[in-house]
Amino acid sequence: MRRLYPLLLLLLLMPAVPAVRAASPAAAPTVPTSGFTNPREDARYHALLKNLRCLVCQNESLQDSQAGLAKDLRREVRDQMRQGKSNRDIVRYLVARYGDFVLYRPPLMHSTYLLWFGPFIGLLIGIVVLVALVRKRARAPDGEPPPDGARKRLVELLRDREGPKT
Amino acid sequence: MVRYLVSFGLFAILVALLAVGLGHDPRRIPSPLIGKPAPQFSLPELAHPERTLSRKDLLGKVTLFNVWASWCVSCRDEMRVLDALAKSGVVPIYGLNYKDHRTAALEWLKAFGNPYVVNAFDQAGRVAINWGVYGVPETFVVDAKGIIRYKQIGPITPYALNRKILPLVRRLQEEARR
Repeated sequence: MRRLYPLLLLLLLMPAVPAVRAASPAAAPTVPTSGFTNPREDARYHALLKNLRCLVCQNESLQDSQAGLAKDLRREVRDQMRQGKSNRDIVRYLVARYGDFVLYRPPLMHSTYLLWFGPFIGLLIGIVVLVALVRKRARAPDGEPPPDGARKRLVELLRDREGPKT
Repeated sequence: MVRYLVSFGLFAILVALLAVGLGHDPRRIPSPLIGKPAPQFSLPELAHPERTLSRKDLLGKVTLFNVWASWCVSCRDEMRVLDALAKSGVVPIYGLNYKDHRTAALEWLKAFGNPYVVNAFDQAGRVAINWGVYGVPETFVVDAKGIIRYKQIGPITPYALNRKILPLVRRLQEEARR
């Protein structure tokens, strides 16, 4: 079982490897067209959409979602960009109406401290526990001294294991 | 023994957290518009395209602003509750017909009842976005000054009506009278 540990770890890490992901034959979602001819504006549009959440199918971004509301919100983003609004203006407009929930990156506030720092706190606790355990083991005595005659018996056993002498 | 108690304690905390998490409805996203002035709008009426309905038509009294569509199945269930409420005359109900076809919407009102004082016709769904609507039906309670005081996400159930909406409406009407 112990020998399997590295393998298990590797398996657990697999999804994190982008190359593995890229090779998976998942159907590519149709990327909504921005209608912007300027490649810079087009990139800005898609970057904005990727960070905004669709309120209907809540695990999809506005970029990926095919829901009617997502289409309407994409139109809203596009129109506001055409009106010369900055990214910040557009995000603020949506947050004012739908709350921080539309953001895939929740802002750092009192109520999100645990969300942002929780994983690091967990890691820290883990390290502390690990260090404490390792130290305790290192310091622990090797147990009771062997009873009388044990050494002699051990030598005998080892000799027997080597098989009959030729 | 202590060890078991600690483990059990941790397990109990985990179970409690999971239970709380399960109790949450992830589809219910609290509206940041509560306590804020209702957004401006000006739309043609559903039944009379030449007339317009705007935010100022809601002012001066407590109103319900109900977002609905003829393609929305749960709006049908809600209709019974809204109809009864309209008949009671406690509070006027204004409608926002969302991303619909005019004829379909009018036929729907004929078939299932019309509790609305008047309906605005939001074919593009832009006014709904401005109000932070993300699904139909949704209902806003707007006070006499035009401030949004409550938002019902999903159909108004008799429970929600009697426990939340009606008490709030009465309180707001009291406030407006003073």
